[in-house]
Amino acid sequence: MRINESTLVAAPPETVWSYLADPENYLHFMSGITHWEVVGAKPNGLGARYRILVRVGAAEVGGLVEMVEWSEPFDIAWHSVTGVDHRGRWRIRERGEGRSRIEFRLAYGFVGGGIAGLLTELAASFTVRRQMRRTLRQLKRQVEHEQRRLEAELRRASRGVPRA
Amino acid sequence: MYYDEPQGIAANAVRYVRRRISERLTARLEDRDPDYLREALPLLWLLSTFYFRAEVRDLGNVPADRPVLLVGNHSGGNVIVDTFIFSLAFSTYFGVERPFHQLAHNLAIAWPFAGGMLRKSGTMSASHEHAEQALEAGAPVLVYPGGDWETHRPSWEGDKIDFAGRKGFIRLALDAGVPIVPVVSIGGQETALFLSRGAGLAKALRLDKLLRLKVLPVSLALPWGLNVGDFAGHIPLPAKITIEVLPPIDLEREFGPDPDPDEVYDHITALMQETLDGLAAERRFPVIG
Repeated sequence: MRINESTLVAAPPETVWSYLADPENYLHFMSGITHWEVVGAKPNGLGARYRILVRVGAAEVGGLVEMVEWSEPFDIAWHSVTGVDHRGRWRIRERGEGRSRIEFRLAYGFVGGGIAGLLTELAASFTVRRQMRRTLRQLKRQVEHEQRRLEAELRRASRGVPRA
Repeated sequence: MYYDEPQGIAANAVRYVRRRISERLTARLEDRDPDYLREALPLLWLLSTFYFRAEVRDLGNVPADRPVLLVGNHSGGNVIVDTFIFSLAFSTYFGVERPFHQLAHNLAIAWPFAGGMLRKSGTMSASHEHAEQALEAGAPVLVYPGGDWETHRPSWEGDKIDFAGRKGFIRLALDAGVPIVPVVSIGGQETALFLSRGAGLAKALRLDKLLRLKVLPVSLALPWGLNVGDFAGHIPLPAKITIEVLPPIDLEREFGPDPDPDEVYDHITALMQETLDGLAAERRFPVIG
């Protein structure tokens, strides 16, 4: 199953990137998330690993994921190492006038699960899609707030007011 | 072959069946098959989510990096749906790669089809040695001290913890030096109308001596109607199952270097009863939850 959701935000790709690249932010905007933990010494970047759990139906699903693409400020992609087989991607593209389009892609599957596996993929997709949409709404709010904060800081600096 | 063993087709058949049952009851930790579990998870998830509307709370109370003895209340007759739901939740939370074993009655393990599935999912026949073996290997082990006595209690006692005074799990935790994590569930006793344990009937038929069965339960269950023994299982009603995992109890830290089993037993059963009362208070209707 492959699910793709996107949103337009009033912030340049650099602001979106710096927000998404910080693992500490994920608990603030990922919907349904119950656990997000950096595993190992590397907090982000290519090869960084996280243990993620998201509540879907009767279970908290997820597992260990590893960042397999880290192209600043455009793409972050990960693959599952253990847990439910899945891969995901943040795709950030400039849309002019200081705006960006954020695409959130998630693909998952249950190899060997037979008909139950296919039914589960389909049944879970409704919850997963809803959570992805809510995640993007929350991400948009957070990123635009961050952008307004940065712009206010620049205005203060241009007036010679010391940084807050 | 011994010269004095009886010969003939019947004798050989008996020997074959005896050998197969004995093989099935021999626990091998490596019988657990993570790939089998991974492939079984979708079906378990569908049933747990849509049929039983299951909810498993506070799995984070299970230490992630050491073996523990998970002690649960047993419900649902011979179709123990809460065990399957807990196994699903455990496997998705920690990953199928983390070893996890449950203990079950000999009869369940020896069953031709279901027994094989149980062994692949990490179930071993209930014995102190099997549990010790798994704990020594670093795996969490789930036990049901109440066993057949508790799982066949009448439906109107579904909100009661009844371990029948069995304290073997305390010795097991002390010997292995592992904490106890209580696991409390509700709803299993609403998957059929359990009427009686039939303890007197089991004794009269000497089932306790022949099959280690202290009960011969009587229930009203699908598809049989009147169901005596529940040997072939039943189709569970879609009762809402809620499971709560309590914080770990380090026996030596809480009860001193030589804990008194009676005191520990009272403490753990009281704690579990308190949690079960809370879960029962959340329910509005039988089966619906």
